[in-house]
Amino acid sequence: MSAARALPTRRDEAWRYSDVDAAARVWPVGEPQRFVVAPGETRSIALLQDAAADGAVMLDHVVEIGAGGTFEVHLLNVGGALGRVTFDVTLARGAHFGLKAALIGGDGRTIELVTTVRHAEPDATSTQVVRAIAANRATTNYLGQIQVARGAQKTDAAQSFKAMLLDRTAAANAKPELEIFADDVKCAHGASVGELDKAALFYMASRGLDPAQAQALLLEAFIAGLFDDMADEAERERFHATARARLEALG
Amino acid sequence: MLNIENLHATVADKPILKGLSLTINAGEIHAIMGPNGAGKSTLAYTLGGRPGYEVTGGGATFAGADLLDMEPHERAAAGLFLGFQYPVEIPGVSNVQFLREALNSQRTARGEAPLSAADFLRLAREKAGLLGMDMEMLKRPVNVGFSGGEKKRAEMVHMGILDPRLAILDETDSGLDIDALKTVGAGINAIMRAPGKAVLLITHYQRLLDYVQPDFVHILADGRIVRSGGPELALALEREGYAEVIAA
Repeated sequence: MSAARALPTRRDEAWRYSDVDAAARVWPVGEPQRFVVAPGETRSIALLQDAAADGAVMLDHVVEIGAGGTFEVHLLNVGGALGRVTFDVTLARGAHFGLKAALIGGDGRTIELVTTVRHAEPDATSTQVVRAIAANRATTNYLGQIQVARGAQKTDAAQSFKAMLLDRTAAANAKPELEIFADDVKCAHGASVGELDKAALFYMASRGLDPAQAQALLLEAFIAGLFDDMADEAERERFHATARARLEALG
Repeated sequence: MLNIENLHATVADKPILKGLSLTINAGEIHAIMGPNGAGKSTLAYTLGGRPGYEVTGGGATFAGADLLDMEPHERAAAGLFLGFQYPVEIPGVSNVQFLREALNSQRTARGEAPLSAADFLRLAREKAGLLGMDMEMLKRPVNVGFSGGEKKRAEMVHMGILDPRLAILDETDSGLDIDALKTVGAGINAIMRAPGKAVLLITHYQRLLDYVQPDFVHILADGRIVRSGGPELALALEREGYAEVIAA
């Protein structure tokens, strides 16, 4: 694919809930970043996207995972008027793709994650855990497509999406999409949207936490665990600190 | 310390408190007893500032300031502690983290320096020990998986750490067996029985009052205090029942 890609519209499925006006300001985007994981190899990346509030950021990734290989992603997506991260993943036999992502949107931001995971051969597994928090007029989107090729038996693919809306004007969109051409597969997906527990907020306030702190602590708990298994401790700290700062700013 | 005057409050537009007056001075322990539906928990929540509990008349001052004008967290920083009848579970937030942030938030609001992690842990260990609670429990998420008795004990550990001037304890004795009741009673005495402090115990039963001797006992019925007296009033209630004592 070249830089001459046409500017998308919201009629494109993968841009359905996006902010194409913000995208237009920086179009065309660069080439996707490519990862090729050799058979049996394990790789992991940590991606923290916290661009300035007026920017539009689009980070595309194409990943090929060889037989028995593993690719793990930790993503904290919080920046930009549009912060869009995509993964296009192809799994060979017995390969594994793991994604743990937090999307945090305040103001009028659109923060989104779009994944296509192709189980091209048998015995591959994928797990995607996505937590989204939207405040004010922000929108958080997770569009997750799973394709199971003909003959890709024993595929085990799971998606979990949970969103928290802090204001009536905030939005969360989840669009799981499964295309399955094999008959012995497990594909699980779950999505839920909720609000903060008011009883917990009052309990915390009664012990002395101001509303913004109480909210940040509850939201931190909501995304807790996503980054706990990051190997690089300094990086993990950076993820936690950035998330906490963003969450406090939502108050 | 606490002055409640002719307080009226509604919950979902239904009048619950109907002209309640009560004065609590420093150094005093008061008990409010009353039948179900009298307004005991409403009084606690109204004084704590819970959303949905609307004051429609009268007022309350705490240490000279207008209590009802403050946000719930400001009331806490001013030295008010509300012990919950049903402590709330907060998955994913450890007691240690929660209490340290709560305490330091209060200290900052009062213009005091925040406690370091080490100083805080020392304090938490001391107060947990006072209530016979294992430090390991404090590392677990707030109230998650705690039994009814453990939750009440944890409430008292919170109180010990936050060190309030006035504690309003809403049925802290419910759900406790005799041993836990003794421990909690001893905890209340150790933490709150001091010249500059005061307690308002809200309870159905006399039994907690065996361990925490009140200076004054009040009977709440239909949103008002209908009788006040000394500890003997609680004993009369236990003997004769609410209906009898209220009618007398």
